[in-house]
Amino acid sequence: MQFPGVDCHFAPIATPLPIHLAHVDATQWSALARAVAEARGHLVSLWGSDERARTGRYTVSAAYATADGLLWAKLGLDAEHPAYPDISRDFVPAIRLQRAAHDLVGIEAEGAADCRPWLRHGAWPADYFPLRGDHTGQERFDAQPDAYPFVFVDGDGVHEIPVGPVHAGTIEPGHFRFSVVGEKVLRLEQRLGYTHKGIERRFIGMEVAQGARLAGRVSGDSSVAYAWAYAMAAESLAGVRVPPRAAWLRALLLERERVANHLGDLGALGNDAAFGFALAQFSRLREDWLRTNQACFGHRLLMDRVCPGGIADDLDAARCATLRDQARHMAREVAELRNIYEEHAGLQDRFVTTGRVTPALAARLGLCGLAGRASGQTADLRADFPCPPYDAVPVLACSHLNGDVAARVAMRFEECFASFKLMEALLAALPDGPIHVPLATAPDGAGAGWIEGWRGQVFVALETDAAGRIARCHCHDPSWQNWPVLEHAIIGNIVPDFPLINKSFNLSYSGQDL
Amino acid sequence: MWHILKYLARRPRITEPVPQPQGVACHGAHPVQGEILAILGRALAIRQVDAGSCNGCELEINALNNPYYNIEGLGIRFVASPRHADMLLVTGPVSRHMEVALRRTYDATPAPKLVVAVGDCGCTGGFFGESYASCGRVANVIPVDVTVTGCPPTPADILGGILAAVQARSR
Repeated sequence: MQFPGVDCHFAPIATPLPIHLAHVDATQWSALARAVAEARGHLVSLWGSDERARTGRYTVSAAYATADGLLWAKLGLDAEHPAYPDISRDFVPAIRLQRAAHDLVGIEAEGAADCRPWLRHGAWPADYFPLRGDHTGQERFDAQPDAYPFVFVDGDGVHEIPVGPVHAGTIEPGHFRFSVVGEKVLRLEQRLGYTHKGIERRFIGMEVAQGARLAGRVSGDSSVAYAWAYAMAAESLAGVRVPPRAAWLRALLLERERVANHLGDLGALGNDAAFGFALAQFSRLREDWLRTNQACFGHRLLMDRVCPGGIADDLDAARCATLRDQARHMAREVAELRNIYEEHAGLQDRFVTTGRVTPALAARLGLCGLAGRASGQTADLRADFPCPPYDAVPVLACSHLNGDVAARVAMRFEECFASFKLMEALLAALPDGPIHVPLATAPDGAGAGWIEGWRGQVFVALETDAAGRIARCHCHDPSWQNWPVLEHAIIGNIVPDFPLINKSFNLSYSGQDL
Repeated sequence: MWHILKYLARRPRITEPVPQPQGVACHGAHPVQGEILAILGRALAIRQVDAGSCNGCELEINALNNPYYNIEGLGIRFVASPRHADMLLVTGPVSRHMEVALRRTYDATPAPKLVVAVGDCGCTGGFFGESYASCGRVANVIPVDVTVTGCPPTPADILGGILAAVQARSR
């Protein structure tokens, strides 16, 4: 296929959703970014690879979401001076992605305004690039000087509040630098990368089947989404489609993961507005939900259930009935709690207008997933590009326009109810048949997977070497897009509302730090 | 308020009995609470530190606060500062970027202090092991009293590990 305005040919990858790959030159690279931006497409991900051993070049890849599906553009870079045209003027999320690509592979975005390191703090020197083929990833370095230049806000009465990396609750580590006047936030600057543990380096050289376990641990709360996206990539490499029963059970797992996270977030959001009753009740419901996961699937967080070629265990009729009954029961419980939320004036007072991201701002910054849908960005892969089984069951895509904490809370309630209905439909018409097909090794191939996880779109690009092992696996979390928007959402709000606003986005640190 | 009271009145009490600490026999009605009081003279304050985990362990540690486990009823609570803590509950392979922060958190915790490493990654380095970006297991960075395996361990396992650390200190 062709993308209007760009003279290059995209070849389809054998995935259930439309994904196309093209090798472009530098001119086409820039033209494509411009054309996708003008067509109101979005940047899904950007990453670099060292392919000198195979092709003598570095590469940089960009994945765009367009009305025709996902476009993966790959640009070869000079081995001596690997540089590519900056695309952050067209896509705000590219700023941090380009900085990360430089830290890991040493490729440079020419003309980029912000060239500070992103994932590299003081653990390795500036001239070491862990994803380059001449390094093993096992090198150790003494701690390097780490003086990160935060943007300094000056003015009468302005002071800074540094928070983290160790936070005051049971959450992941990251650093937030608030510039405030009184208790009003003028500016927030994030610094992430604290949980960078070398996942992308760890993938290199693994067997494709073995990598599924690692992909399921990129972000523990999205284990099913990552495992499915990874499996889809591995299956597209091998050119196989999973049996219908496996696809249906995967969707069931994904919806259960979505509901588990929404239940947890709804309770925590109530708690952050000092409504302890909500935390107690929603955490009770979440525990019931996770215990049923354990009983029916063998793992509370559903890790390692989705594997390349299908799923790990089948579901018998009795367990199907358990799941159906629980979905119905949970729908009643959540409906009752929603009434309590809606009628609680104190709670609504904290939620409404807090941490507002207008639809226009959301579109400009590329806000995606659940938070995007709360700000009028309606993209939902399950509805936009329905792959089996979403093409056979009614998917209700919800969205709101207010873009405040209240809208993100409402989104979670509505998505829970939509998921309960989906689960009912999936269980009612679950096809019979095998749940797994064997995958042949696919040397020198490129595959991709794209899944609507509970937080947003999870994307995996997988490439193999001549022996069929992993040459490069890039996992992309929607948190990359949404973290920078959180910096805008807090502006003008008071410091004590930050935990509430942060929780309403509930972004992954591990998923973006890799 | 009426809705809340009605909602609560229609639901049963769900708190479960305390699980057995790892490898330690338990006697008496509420020995755990008694032991915590005997050793510390007050409630057990825990500071959780994510030193690089995938957040799976954090989900299960958060689950420990739900009404099924009722840990506050046992005299166990999570606190916001290491200076208020008796125990550090540490997850993850320790990333190189969290190494200094973890050491500082350990140093800020008043003695006598207990450290429980939670999850396969915290116990052994797990899938991530040691690399340019990861120090591996928690014990490579700070002294560890008890390890809780699992990926992630269940809330009951984590509670068992916390209790085992307290009991080990008393002997």
